[in-house]
Amino acid sequence: MSLSRAFFAVIRRDLVLALRRRSEIANPLLFFILVITLFPLGIGAQPHLLQAIAPGIIWVSALLAAMLSLDSLFRSDFDDGSLEQMLLSPHPTTVLVLAKIIAHWLVTGLPLLIVAPLLAVFLGMPNHSLGTLLLTLLLGTPVLSLIGAVGVALTVGLRRGGMILSLLVLPLYVPVLIFAGNAVQMAGSGLPVDAQINILIAILLMALVLAPLPVAAALKMSIH
Amino acid sequence: MFLIPDPVVRFFHRMASPPHFYAFTGRLMPWLVVVFLLVTAVGLYGGLYLAPADYQQGDSYRIIYIHVPSAWMSLFIYVVMAVAGAIGLIWRIKLAEIVAISSAPIGASFTFIALVTGSLWGKPMWGTWWVWDARLTSELILLFLYLGVIGLYGAIDDKRTASRAVAILALVGVVNIPIIHYSVEWWNTLHQGPTVTKMDKPSIHVSMLIPLLLMAVSFKFYYLIAMLQRARTELLLRERNAQWVKNMVSESK
Repeated sequence: MSLSRAFFAVIRRDLVLALRRRSEIANPLLFFILVITLFPLGIGAQPHLLQAIAPGIIWVSALLAAMLSLDSLFRSDFDDGSLEQMLLSPHPTTVLVLAKIIAHWLVTGLPLLIVAPLLAVFLGMPNHSLGTLLLTLLLGTPVLSLIGAVGVALTVGLRRGGMILSLLVLPLYVPVLIFAGNAVQMAGSGLPVDAQINILIAILLMALVLAPLPVAAALKMSIH
Repeated sequence: MFLIPDPVVRFFHRMASPPHFYAFTGRLMPWLVVVFLLVTAVGLYGGLYLAPADYQQGDSYRIIYIHVPSAWMSLFIYVVMAVAGAIGLIWRIKLAEIVAISSAPIGASFTFIALVTGSLWGKPMWGTWWVWDARLTSELILLFLYLGVIGLYGAIDDKRTASRAVAILALVGVVNIPIIHYSVEWWNTLHQGPTVTKMDKPSIHVSMLIPLLLMAVSFKFYYLIAMLQRARTELLLRERNAQWVKNMVSESK
């Protein structure tokens, strides 16, 4: 089997598996919507206040939703042994791991983009910043999956990996949060956001190239 | 490897052997402590007594003799940890792994000290315990990174596996630290104008600078002492079934 065929086979397999267990798609999405609904309840429904902090709320919630969904990335494959088979295959682990991360993002990251406009309306965000919000989510959530994969790969062998995972992953999410949140805020004020978007693209490219390496190394360590 | 002189290579090869490392650091320790005490005494005397008071901040600036070296150490130790971790990961040298994990709690302590002293200094200077200043914020995130390393090591039962996990995490962190640092700096300059934090930094006078550098050296020695002490304990713990440890214990009885 050629490398590209193996790559797409892994993506297809993970997508089929996810479609058969739809709760995995729905859970992070519901969480995302619920957290954002809680904010107006917690701080009061003043439109100005909500509008001012909307980019931050949406991005922090996206961060948390991405983190919560991470566990499903390698868990079931680790439990039933198919992860071990994948590491034993002649193809480079980094490529197969990248395929798994992409499939995971398609299942858990992409749906956030679909509900984000609705939530933007909830929080009264100005219409002209909606495009920037979607663009930052499109560029930022794959980075969250890629960086998060490192944390999951390190903790997948542990019985209680949940708490430690947030400690490992959230500090590394900071740059994405800063640039994405700021871009949406600036777009709301009608300012140019090229710089932030360019930096997000740079971070995404760097994560795409670099993240699979520690993920592969950490998986080999966890399996051993 | 041809660039490194032969005795140096031999030295490192011998240091990779646990009994040799244990004996050598045991002999080295008193000297390190003596140097540390001397440098600290001179540095503190210079900083707290000889150096003049600042014309703006009075005596409260003197906290920099603890604060600044701690902040330097917090980054320095993380880099040491990542380098030692990488050495352990690549050449499977047990001692490098031990040095890496022994560094983590010390680095976290220095980061914590830098945060606390910064906050203590900030109260009279900025009028508040905490501002979301770029440096304070990235120091706080560095503390979280350290805690992640310590937590991960504690969570994995097999200590060799844990060491490899820590090494991978430290390497990922070391790539991310500059990105986090600059993004936080950039975030801060956009969110909050240069009102409080950007006091004009006067170039520091020599009488203040020399004690500061001495304190930085003293902190390096403290780190070396504390790290070696932790490493020696960890080494005994991991090698408790090895013959050389048994010999040593039976001899000392």
